[in-house]
Parts: sequence; structure tokens; C-alpha cells
Amino acid sequence: MLKDIQRLGEMHAPAGFTNRVLRAVGLDERFAGFDSPLGRVYVAWNAKGISSVMRVADEATFRKEFEALHGRSVRRAAPREIPGALRRAMETRSAADARRLKYDLRSCTQFEAAVLRKALEIPRGQVRPYNWIAREIGRPKAVRAVGTALANNPVPILIPCHRVVRGDGKIGNYGLGGPQKKTRILEAEGVDVGALERYAHQGMRFKGVASTKIFCWPTCAAGRRARAENVRPFHSEAEARAAGYRPCKQCRPAA
Amino acid sequence: MNALRPAADDRTQRKIAAALAQDVDTAFEPFVRAYQDRLFAYALNLTANPALAEEVAQDTFVAAYRALRKYPPSRRRSLALRAWLYTIALNRVRNLARSPASKVVSLDGRATPDRQLAFQLVEPGTGPAIQAEHHETLGELRAALGRLDLRYRGAVVLRHIEGREYAEISRVLGQPVGTVKSNVHRGLALLRADLQRRGHAQRYSALG
Repeated sequence: MLKDIQRLGEMHAPAGFTNRVLRAVGLDERFAGFDSPLGRVYVAWNAKGISSVMRVADEATFRKEFEALHGRSVRRAAPREIPGALRRAMETRSAADARRLKYDLRSCTQFEAAVLRKALEIPRGQVRPYNWIAREIGRPKAVRAVGTALANNPVPILIPCHRVVRGDGKIGNYGLGGPQKKTRILEAEGVDVGALERYAHQGMRFKGVASTKIFCWPTCAAGRRARAENVRPFHSEAEARAAGYRPCKQCRPAA
Repeated sequence: MNALRPAADDRTQRKIAAALAQDVDTAFEPFVRAYQDRLFAYALNLTANPALAEEVAQDTFVAAYRALRKYPPSRRRSLALRAWLYTIALNRVRNLARSPASKVVSLDGRATPDRQLAFQLVEPGTGPAIQAEHHETLGELRAALGRLDLRYRGAVVLRHIEGREYAEISRVLGQPVGTVKSNVHRGLALLRADLQRRGHAQRYSALG
């Protein structure tokens, strides 16, 4: 009898049990599809925040890749389950709306998370170089690591790694489909990528405004409001400072 | 069976407890996956009712999650997870057994008007079809277990199905080791008597 009794313990929890438990405590993972300038993208989230944004062919592929990456399953959210703040952020892609969301960056290191949080500060319609992020997070020499962290961004589009470009003005690579896609999403946000590259090609890094004696990153909103005849290009921080200009407090082109 | 590899079991437990100490939300899913089969089997053997067993197992994990969120990391790290889950689940079964009538589905799929009855009504031979012999035997055993008084049932399940040491069972049940031992032995004797009375004497008269 004791042998038979032991076998009563050979039992598996019913199918779907894990997901029902996770759902009951609010830890289950849901996803929804959204339209973007890059086509259809899928966004997953849980109680900790947005966990994943992927540009893949269809839902089935998203599920498969998500599970392979995170080791947990994900279910399609009912329309009423999609957070309004997420819908809004996907629609406007404004930095303020994206900053209002929580992000689940469990899979990232502290350094990577710091890079991503900094990228979240770049307004729509503007770009910053990799070394700006490195300096702003207090790791001025870690420019390459910044690039790697942005390449591994688990939540692209929402955390706008596409707004981070190379120091030489080249647009740089992009995880969601290469430089062409990066150009496309930046142009959808109002960045004149061609003009930016031409400007950089001439060795110009900053834009000074003669009336205020302030210099900015070329896409800074404050600098863009200046009248054309007041704009002065600068090759370097030293040149701008020598001309009596101080760095803009909004876009912080220099420490 | 767990009892056969206690060392691996303890390592798993320490690893999961350390992960829970670090971050409950991240470690909770692996925690559930590691213990859900054990906990469901345990709940099923305590309730003899699959629907109720699932409810108990799920409620246990939900209660565990809420507690983990409140505990400081040091306490989470030092938890004996398996014994802790056994304790929470047993308390829930005790509460169910005590609670007033409510409609539940018993083993044979019929609605019964009373949870109390659900523990007692699972007669052998009322199942929908004739199953393979060993299935029937296990079904009869589980039913007989379900007819045991909960104080014996808990002790027998923890000792002979879950394969736990008396010291651990004593902590789970909140009883001295002597009481646990005597309840295990008394429970087994009652179980044998029950099975013999119901005509399974042949199989269980020699008794190992």
C-alpha cells in the first residue's frame, strides 16, 4: 500500500496553472499590436512596466521571440486592457508621454538602464550624439558601451534610441531595421536628416545664436527658434566659447 | 520522488529563496514553476477534489506572493519555501473544511451541495468508466485518503506521499514530532481498515 500511496504524489499541475497564478497576482505578461512609422510593432507589458517592443511579421512570431528572450509566456491583451498611457505614447511618440510610462528593464544592467533612461529625455524631433549620453550619465569614456546598450534596447520607439546618432553626424545604426529605418522614423518626427548630415559633413557640430550668445545641438528646439541671420555654426565647443558663447541649458551641448 | 534527492531539492530551494530575496517580481514565476506540481499533488491528496485542489494551490501562491512582498529580503532569503507552502495550503484546506456549505464539484464530476461532503462523498466505483486497474487502485486510495480525518490525512500525505522528515512535518503541522508519528501510524491503520472493509482486502491484507 505504501508504494501505491507514494504514486499519489506523481502529479502535474493542470495546464495553464502558472499563467493563472501570475494573472491573479498581476504579474502576467500581455501584448498588443500598434502601427508605427516602421510598420506594425508589438508591445508587451506587465505590472512592472513596458517590457518589450518588437517589429516582427506577426503575433505568432512575437510570442515565440518573446518567450525565447524572456522565458515567460505572453498573451494578447483585450482592447480594454491596453493602458491609455501606452496608446497615447505610441500615437504621439512625445518624450513627455513616453516618460509617463513605467519600464520593466529587469533584463538590463544598471549601466544599460541609465543609458536608456537618459535617452528617454531626448525630445521628439531632436537628436543627440552617443557621447552626450556617456557624459550625461557620468561615464564620458564609455561611448562604445552606450552604443551597445542602445543597440540592446528592449523597448525601442518608446525609449527613443533612434534619437541617438553618431558624433560625426552620420545617422548610425538601428536595431529595428538599420539606418534606413532610423532615418524614416526620425523624418516622421520632423528631423531633417539630410540637412543634419550635410551640416556635420562640413565639420559643424553646434549652432550658435548671435542674439543670445548661446550655442546648442543643431536640433535643439531653443536654437531652432532663432532667426536665420542670427545663426552661427561652430566646429567645436572651444570655438564657440572663444566667440563668447555659453552652452544651452536645455540641450546641454557641453558640460 | 522528492525524498530520493533531498540534496538537489535543498539546493533548488536555496537558489530560489536567494532570487526572491533579490527581487520578488522577477523570481516569482520560477518559484511557481518549481513548486506547482508538488503543491497541486499535495492539495489534491488533501482535498480529493481536482477543482478544489487547483483553487487551494492557486490561493496558496497568491497568499505567498502577498507575504513575500511584505517580507524584508533577509526573511525571504531564509524561508524554507517548500514547508512554508505546505503550511499555507494546509491552512486553506482547514478553512475550507470548516467553512459553511457551498457548491463544489466532487471527484466524479457531479455537483455536491457541501464542501464537507466533497471530502467524504468520493465513493470508489462511482467514477464514469472502468479504468485501468492501477488507475482504479490509485483512485480508491485517494478516495480513502479523503475519508480520513484531516488530522491523520495531513500527517500521512506529508510523510508518505511528500516524503518529508518528521521534523519538517512537525513544523508544518505545528505539532510535536511524537504526535505526528502517532498520527501517521494511526492514519495508515485507519486507511488499511477502510480499504479492507470496502473489499480491497486481498490487495492490502499483506500490507507493506
